[in-house]
Order: sequence, then structure tokens, then C-alpha cells
Amino acid sequence: MYWEPEKETMDRGDLEQLQLERLQATLSRVYRNVPFYRQKFDEFGVEPDDFRSLNDLRKLPFTTKEDLRNSYPYGMFAVPLREVVRIHASSGTTGTSTVAGYTKNDIKTWSNLVARILTAGGVTKDDVIQIAFGYGLFTGGFGLHYGAERVGASVIPTSSGNTARQVKIMQDFKTTALICTPSYALLLADAISEMGINVNSLSLRYGLFGAEPWSEGMRTEIQDRLKITATDNYGLSEVIGPGVAGECLERQGLHISEDHFLVEVVNPDTLEPIRLGETGEMVITSLTKEAFPVIRYRTRDLARLITEPCPCGRKFMKMSRVMGRSDDMLIIKGVNVFPSQIEAVLFAIEGTEPHYQIIVDRKGALDDVTVLVEASETIFFDEMKKQNKLITLIKKNLASELGISVNVKLVEKKTLERTEGKAKRVIDLRKL
Amino acid sequence: MLVVKNIDVYYGKINAVRRASLHVSEGEIVALIGGNGAGKTTMLNTISGLIRAFGGSILYDGQDITKQPPDRIVQMGISHVPEGRLVFKPMSTEDNLLLGSFSRYSLGKRREIENDREQVYSIFPILKERRRQPAGTLSGGEQQMLAIGRALMAKPKLLLLDEPSMGLAPFIIKEIFRHILELRNRFGLTVLLVEQNARNALRIADSGYVLETGRVVLQGQAEDLLANRDVQRAYLGRDLDTEMDVQ
Repeated sequence: MYWEPEKETMDRGDLEQLQLERLQATLSRVYRNVPFYRQKFDEFGVEPDDFRSLNDLRKLPFTTKEDLRNSYPYGMFAVPLREVVRIHASSGTTGTSTVAGYTKNDIKTWSNLVARILTAGGVTKDDVIQIAFGYGLFTGGFGLHYGAERVGASVIPTSSGNTARQVKIMQDFKTTALICTPSYALLLADAISEMGINVNSLSLRYGLFGAEPWSEGMRTEIQDRLKITATDNYGLSEVIGPGVAGECLERQGLHISEDHFLVEVVNPDTLEPIRLGETGEMVITSLTKEAFPVIRYRTRDLARLITEPCPCGRKFMKMSRVMGRSDDMLIIKGVNVFPSQIEAVLFAIEGTEPHYQIIVDRKGALDDVTVLVEASETIFFDEMKKQNKLITLIKKNLASELGISVNVKLVEKKTLERTEGKAKRVIDLRKL
Repeated sequence: MLVVKNIDVYYGKINAVRRASLHVSEGEIVALIGGNGAGKTTMLNTISGLIRAFGGSILYDGQDITKQPPDRIVQMGISHVPEGRLVFKPMSTEDNLLLGSFSRYSLGKRREIENDREQVYSIFPILKERRRQPAGTLSGGEQQMLAIGRALMAKPKLLLLDEPSMGLAPFIIKEIFRHILELRNRFGLTVLLVEQNARNALRIADSGYVLETGRVVLQGQAEDLLANRDVQRAYLGRDLDTEMDVQ
């Protein structure tokens, strides 16, 4: 099922022509309307008129989160404020928030893009969609909401929080599709079993999860426990929100809506393009946004591009799931470590719960990492020997994956903090 | 069907069109809008070979026509209806039509061409009534129909229309636009339409491009362009003074 078959199955040559036309128009507009870009282009000695091929994009400077913050709140808008009909802002968990504006057309484009990923993930107009993303400044709630309405599904805007009520609504309203963060999906699964509800009695069939990195192991766990088909989707408020890319039911990577976004993958250290298919930082240029266009925005998200054709028939290139963030990357004893690597190891081990926390500290001059893992009850109440065996196994697997040794501590089930939004996986106590 | 890539056109030192790119898919009506001197007519003239591009390429049905002479381009299936109609005023309506078939004329084809002429008459019955009249005595709307009819006589697949509504009364404009739609819907013609009358053009078009000082500054679905405030202000006649920037 496609939402826009003529676009999603577009021939590569036609797509590249469309991308070029849209890129050229976008560059002309940002140069004329956004002082930041005009100044930056002038500094780099590039003129928008110089752009004759998609490869010329590399001549352009990057845009960083810092740049967006410096122009807080409206400095990056390419249209007068009166043409902006919606304003969102990023969570600002790591500093000043960044502001995203949308014109009427932007909202329409966005809804359409979200409708694409919903359709790709199995949702149709016959579905009852429960959106457990926060509604508010965060783009997740409203973004998915408008897209789901566009598809014509019945939308329940439960927003985040109040887990028991979420489960009750899921049961009573016969929710068929769930939308939230993957960590919250697991939390809901916990609540469902605690409330003594048989998962098979629910109507759930599909789940579309995003807004935080997750692993294949977590997918298996969610699918098994909620009895659904779980797909991953990707987006960020600086670029548009959810709807930049989404998985089809093949679940082998996320199709990027390439007619609206140009994606490059660069080495986060050298900023040089890397070989196609290798992991690096995603850099995104918007091709159709009116209010808040971004040119070569450094997402800090690490992923790789997948060029193999997809059996689903979509011609858009795919990206892998996000493996982590270049600014989340922990440098421990000089080694690059991503929380997602640790997660993948934990999921593969029997006897652990999918909740963990990584605590990084410094003892003397040495980095010291402790991974807190929730153990399943059965093991925890058994004798010490079994526990030690489990700890040794986790340590060994982590060491072989990461290349450094870390401490592992088992904690009782439910002792780690649960969040309704994005999970907080890393606590860095080092004063660097 | 038509893919234009990075076209640059100069008049002397004046850069009339700058690295403009656009495409027209088969069966589409595409509108090219923009103010005076934006480069719209230059664009059409470049596509039909009347002006040479300084750089860039034009592909039609996969073939490079950038350097083809205009008569060859007509034979390949692109007909151009020029701005201001440019009918031959002292000649009869019918002779004007026949002129349109010059590119494929031969004695053996007389019957076929007569049939085509009759088809043009069935699309524009008024031209049949005026067949013996000098074209100069026709009204503006009728001359526009004649200019379109003349272009059809070359049996085009792609029709380039330059300002078909120029100087016409509103109800005639409506009729002309209805005819353009009909040419696409009934005869499967693909149309690239240049218009100052942006609202009407975008209403019948599938997609559109906005040109400003030779550059494409917007591109998209026609309905999205209609909803774009920039376009509304600049080309759809909203009052500029009440829309001043607030930034």
C-alpha cells in the first residue's frame, strides 16, 4: 500500500530532476529571505545561481543546532510571521530550544509525509489510532495526528502519560494502531500484563515508533509482547518533525521521502562525505519547506543509507535505524561507545529486562562505566551463583562488542526510572 | 516528457534566465508564472529553439533538443503559440491554419491535412464561420483561437502557450482557458502555459513554477502555489500595502 504511488515509486532520473528544481528554488528563496543564509553563502563565496547539480550541495556550509539557537526565536524563518500558522519548538533538553515554523502549505506537506509513513507501516482509514506522543511544542503528537487524520483513520489523541488510562482506552476504544516512543510501548506492555489483561483480547495490530533510537531486539520484544507489527519512523523538529523517513512492512530500513528531503551522510569528525552504505552523521536539506527551510542541517543522528531495492516497490532510498547520536557518543577510555550498542547486547541476553542505564564516572584519571540492568524476577530470587553467572556473561558480551570492559550491576525489576517521553539512558558524572 | 536543466539565456549582457530547471510530464498542464521581465517568454522561446541557450540542456522525450533548429523541434512535436497571437492578418483564417501544417506538408498528405483542419474547426466552430475572412478582421479571442488552431495543425504532443489571455475580455479568457483544458482532457495534449493571469493559469494547471528575475523561486503543485502567500501577494493581486513585512 502506498499513500502517493506516483511519488513513492518514482524513477530515479525523474526524482533527481525534481530534487534539483526544488533545491534551486529553495536556495534562491533562502538567499533572498534569510539573512543568516545570505551571510553564510557570501562568506563561503557561493551564489545560489551556481547550483547546477545535486553534487554542488557540498559547496554549501553546514547548518548546526547552534546556528538555529543563535537565531532564536524567528531568525531562520523565510516568510513573514503572519504567514506562519503553527509554531513548534524542540524539547531543549540540551540547551535553548529551537523554534520551527510552518505555513499552511507546510502543514499540508507535513500531514502528507506522515500519511506516507503511516500507510507504509500498515495503517489505513479503517484503523483506530492511539497517539501517545506528547501534544504540545513537541512535533510528535500534532505531526502524527494530522497525518493520521489525512489518512482518514479514527484518531484518539491520548497524548502521553497516565499509563493505566492509556491501557483502558486501548481496551475500550479498540485501538488498532499505537503510536509512541518504543520505550513507552514497553512500559504499556508492562502495564497491560500487570493489569491482568490478556494481550490477545486487545485489537492492536500495528505500532509505529520513533523519537528515540531503539534496537532490533527491542522491536522483537515489543512485537512479541504487544502482538503487533512494529515499524520505525524518523524525523526531527528542525527538519519538519516525524515524516522524514519511515519503515514499510518489510522492516528492513526506513524509506526517506527523497522528494522533500535531500540526505547526505558525512563523517562527523571530518565532515567529509563517506562511502555510500557506511555509517555516519545524517545531514538533511529541506526541498519544499516554506517557513523554515534548512540547508545541510547536521542532525547528529548516526545512520547509514541502504541502496538495495526494497521488495515493497518504493524507490526511495532507505536509511538504517538511527544507531545513536554523534553528540550522545560516549568517549570512554578513548573508545567511541554508543548507548545503542549496549542496548543491543542486553537484548540478546536471556534473563534481563529491556530497561537499563549507563553511568559514566571518573575514578582518578580513568573513566569508569557501570551499566545498571534490570533482571527478570526469576533470576533475581535465585541464588547468588546464577546472578554472578549472568553478570559475567553480560560483561563478556559487552567487552567484545565495545572493546572496553565495563562494570555491570543487576538491579531489581522496576527500580530504574520509567519515562513517558524519551528514555534517559546515560548519566555522565564526569566533569570534562 | 520535457526536461529543462540549468538553462542560462543572455540578451547581450543581460542574464534573462538563470540556471532555470523545470520539467513537464506527459498529459500535464504546467503553468509558468511571474511578473514582467521574469523570463517566461524567453523560456518558451528557448524551448522552441527561437533563442539559443548559453548553457544548460533541454531534453524532449529523452532527446537533446538544445541545439535543434526550430523547424525540427516543431516536427518533433512541440508547437509554440506566440505571445500576441501573431496571426498573418491579411491572409484568410483558413490559410493561416494551413500554414501551421507547413512542417509536414506534401502533396500526398493533402487529405490528411484537410481532416486535421476539419478537426480544428470542430474544436473552434467560430473559425469555420470566419474561414474566408482575413485574420486581421477577427476579434482578439478569435485570433487567439486561430493561433492555437494553427499550432494544432502541426500535430503537436506538447503545446507551448504564451500569454493566451493577454488583452482579452474576462469572459473570453474563460473560454480560452476552457479550450486549453479540453485540449488536454480530450486530445491528451501536454501544455506548458506562460501567463500573467496567474490565478486562472494555476486553476487549470497541475503544477507550476514561479519565475523571478530569471530564477525559479518556487515550484510545486498548482493548488499549493495558489495557497502560497508570496504568490498571492505578487501575482494574484492582493493589496501589497496591507501585507507589509512584520519581521
